[in-house]
Amino acid sequence: MNEDILVVQDLKKHFVVGHRGRLRREPIAVRAVDGVSFRMRQGETFGLVGESGSGKSTIAYIAVGMYQPTQGSLQFRGQDLFADGLRRPASLRKAIQIVFQDPGSSLNPRRTIRQILELPLRIHRPEVDPLEEVIHLLDMVELPPEYMHKYPHMLSGGEKQIVAIARALATNPSLVILDEPTSALDVSVQGKIINLLLRLQREFQLTYLFITHDLSLMRNVASRVAIMYLGKICEVAETAAFFENPRHPYTQMLLSSIPVVTEQEEAAKPKKITSTGEIPSPVDVPPGCSFHTRCPEVLEICRRVDPAMVQTETGHVARCHLFEQPPEVLAEFTRQVAQLEAMRPQP
Amino acid sequence: MTQEAAAGQLAPSLTRQEVRRLQRRNQLENLGRAWYKFSRNPLSIVGAGTILLVTLLAILAPWVAPYPEHVRPFTDFLNASKPPSLAYPFGTDEIGRDILSRVIFGYRDALLMGVFVLAIVVPVGVLMGLIAGYSHGTWIDTLVMRVTDIFLAVPPLILALAIASVLEPNLFNAMMAVTLMWWPWYTRLVYGLASAMRNEFFVSSAETIGASTSHILFREMLPNMISPIFTKMSLDMGWVIIIGSMLSFVGLGVEPPKPSLGTMVASGAKYLPDQWWISVFPALGIVVIVLGFNLLGDGLRDMLAAEGV
Amino acid sequence: MSPSDTHLLEIKELSVHFRVYGGLLKVLDGVNLHVHPGEKVGLVGETGCGKTTTMKAILRILPMPPARVPQGQIFFKGRDLLRLKDDQMREVRGRGISMIFQDPTAALNPVFSIGQQLIPVIRHSGANGPRRSRAELRQQASAPLREVALADPERLLDSYPIQLSGGMRQRVCIGMALATNPELLIADEPGTSLDVTIQDQVLRLLHDLVESKRTSVILITHTLGVVRQMADRVYVMYAGSMVEVAPTRKLFQNPLHPYTQGLMQAVPRLTGGGVAHGIPGRIPDYLNPPSGCRFHTRCPHVMEVCRQQKPPFFQVDADHHAACFLYAP
Repeated sequence: MNEDILVVQDLKKHFVVGHRGRLRREPIAVRAVDGVSFRMRQGETFGLVGESGSGKSTIAYIAVGMYQPTQGSLQFRGQDLFADGLRRPASLRKAIQIVFQDPGSSLNPRRTIRQILELPLRIHRPEVDPLEEVIHLLDMVELPPEYMHKYPHMLSGGEKQIVAIARALATNPSLVILDEPTSALDVSVQGKIINLLLRLQREFQLTYLFITHDLSLMRNVASRVAIMYLGKICEVAETAAFFENPRHPYTQMLLSSIPVVTEQEEAAKPKKITSTGEIPSPVDVPPGCSFHTRCPEVLEICRRVDPAMVQTETGHVARCHLFEQPPEVLAEFTRQVAQLEAMRPQP
Repeated sequence: MTQEAAAGQLAPSLTRQEVRRLQRRNQLENLGRAWYKFSRNPLSIVGAGTILLVTLLAILAPWVAPYPEHVRPFTDFLNASKPPSLAYPFGTDEIGRDILSRVIFGYRDALLMGVFVLAIVVPVGVLMGLIAGYSHGTWIDTLVMRVTDIFLAVPPLILALAIASVLEPNLFNAMMAVTLMWWPWYTRLVYGLASAMRNEFFVSSAETIGASTSHILFREMLPNMISPIFTKMSLDMGWVIIIGSMLSFVGLGVEPPKPSLGTMVASGAKYLPDQWWISVFPALGIVVIVLGFNLLGDGLRDMLAAEGV
Repeated sequence: MSPSDTHLLEIKELSVHFRVYGGLLKVLDGVNLHVHPGEKVGLVGETGCGKTTTMKAILRILPMPPARVPQGQIFFKGRDLLRLKDDQMREVRGRGISMIFQDPTAALNPVFSIGQQLIPVIRHSGANGPRRSRAELRQQASAPLREVALADPERLLDSYPIQLSGGMRQRVCIGMALATNPELLIADEPGTSLDVTIQDQVLRLLHDLVESKRTSVILITHTLGVVRQMADRVYVMYAGSMVEVAPTRKLFQNPLHPYTQGLMQAVPRLTGGGVAHGIPGRIPDYLNPPSGCRFHTRCPHVMEVCRQQKPPFFQVDADHHAACFLYAP
């Protein structure tokens, strides 16, 4: 069944970090998520990629109920996740679980593996025998049952993350959010974790929201990819289309910068776009298109007008003036701005 | 439940008894590791040994002290102000009482005060700190911490003196006074720890799973604060004893003729330097017990520190 | 054992042990490595392989009570660093050998301005020369900042690390490390905590700088793609010793050691093809490391001899060596 399991509409999350000015007290806000919309289909792996400040982790935290949206909505199987603010019925909590990025801090160092795994069981599945189920969970993720008496620091990074995955699956969820699940791990361990995740997905018909900054990994895991920059989505496409035919200049820039291991990959990368300048802070988002300060194809209109998301091909959308307006219109805009500048009285 | 599970078999290789056995084995190993960390520094062992000795002396005082009757009304002017000797290892005071026996009994009251104060102060202070820290940024936080600030603002000794002077000067009232001024420090400590810890991923994880607030406070956060709390408790034993001695010194603690280390130091002060033993040995008694707790505290800190990442 | 004359840095059979609960952690087990003047050497290894311990041993910043060096020599320009006195070692640090740490945020002191951290470095490097005034020192401190392409160095000297972005902080660290014109730079995961586009900038900057100054570099990383871009020659490290060394191109075209092969195929490909299974098993317990070759418990080509003896480097090509009995003559 290919229903939409998660529908995100115009999601915004702004964090107020201070105030500007003495009298008017304008709030200074970090625009972590600034108008994001997408849909996830049951059973797919939806990839979310972006650098720091892009807002991808914030979306994860909102979906799982840690933050409340400033604006916009999230619907899970038609139910509004924030109907009662941050309170959620147990049925919704069960259904959406998260695996955090850093296994070192997502497992309580003072609790044994058994205690960590028993918590979701006691709350959401009181009908099962906790000890039996813990052993079953460990077996499911291919860890020896003896591990249940160990403390997290006795496990390697990969093993800790496997426990975090087992914990997320303990409630029999439908949607699992994976926030950089292997970024803190070595590449030789990464494969084991990813293959475990894929096997579990098949076995339990799970839907994954997979967040990572590693594009090579994303290529091999996701069915669709969305790329974010400063709180907004720049481009969404099916995986193959995303990597073989990237439309947005930021996607091209990112793809051209990643270090790869083989000649074939080198050849597959878009031509080198030297990225210049720093990533702006989400407190100070540039006007117009937020990427314009670093875009190699920037035009006058980009500095002033925020582009809308448009379809470039079937199933492929990008938020960029290059696709929104025909080239004549863009050239005309630039010409007119130049005229206005010339007409301005010289100081 | 499957047939195997009913028979105690949980997995091909595991029965319920084996699980318990494994658990026991892991717990023992953890104890061994804890002892290793504690004993790295030989001074910690000295501290632990000292406190053990002091505690035994305090408990067994009536049987261990050579002259237990000297703590009740007693005079013996024939043997007054005798210097340390075999019969009286710490000498006698101005009315002939054996100082060694009185010091041993003095340890009783010192430890009693420490335990009493901490038994009240720690649960109350920690609980308030946990609640305030976890509610960081809300009115609960503000309310709790402002009340705490009020108590902290009053100079502790003045507060204790004020309370003790209004009430009768006895051990119990002295302990009440010290209790009242001591709890804010634990609230402060735990508040700082809790407001930082609530942003840790393991707390978020428990929240997203739907754990109750009391589970998060007491089962997730509190176990991670054991080290600073226990260390502080150990050092505080020393401090409470000193404050108690100071109160006795100014006459607001234990009532005579019951021995109190502070009173003994005070009343013996006027005989310095000729009959030095009347003041010096009780003072050394205070030093030994406080130092012991300090060293024990260092060892506890080393032992309880969470394993490295 | 005497050092080779053409090597700027030469590590010979270095072993480092740590005393812990339960015994002795034998972290480094006969490390051999050398760097030529002007060469960029990559050191690839995963968490726990001992690469950071090796670097700390070179700079002699290992905590010496738990750590012990039972064996080995580290020759820098002919002198064994392990035998130097403290003040001699201090001369070497900063002037001869400099280090950039993984996390620039942790490497910079948050309560001091950039200038307050950079000027002492400048002063130390010219300590044997004439005395310089504050103004002169400030001016000299601006130079390294300009070299790392940071705008407005004057203002930067008075800024605090928190006012800078991650990429800028890393550049400051690079500037500080190169300010003394060291002959050898050790860069520990220089881009790991940065975004990919910023990492790309920083690594290119580092590459250009060391080329122009002819500084030798040891680039430590767990990311194969990074050494492929930056290094001339690569060492692969596993569980406390080097398992393979080759010029970069040769290593990537023809990895010899089973561990290197495992690593290469574990990296997901941008061109697709699924995710490989990685390398089974986990890194060895250094308290009771495996006998013989430390990789044998995870090796798909394990033979009887591998369990019994530790393989030395076998020469497979002019400059390509692998520590594996598969290549024994």
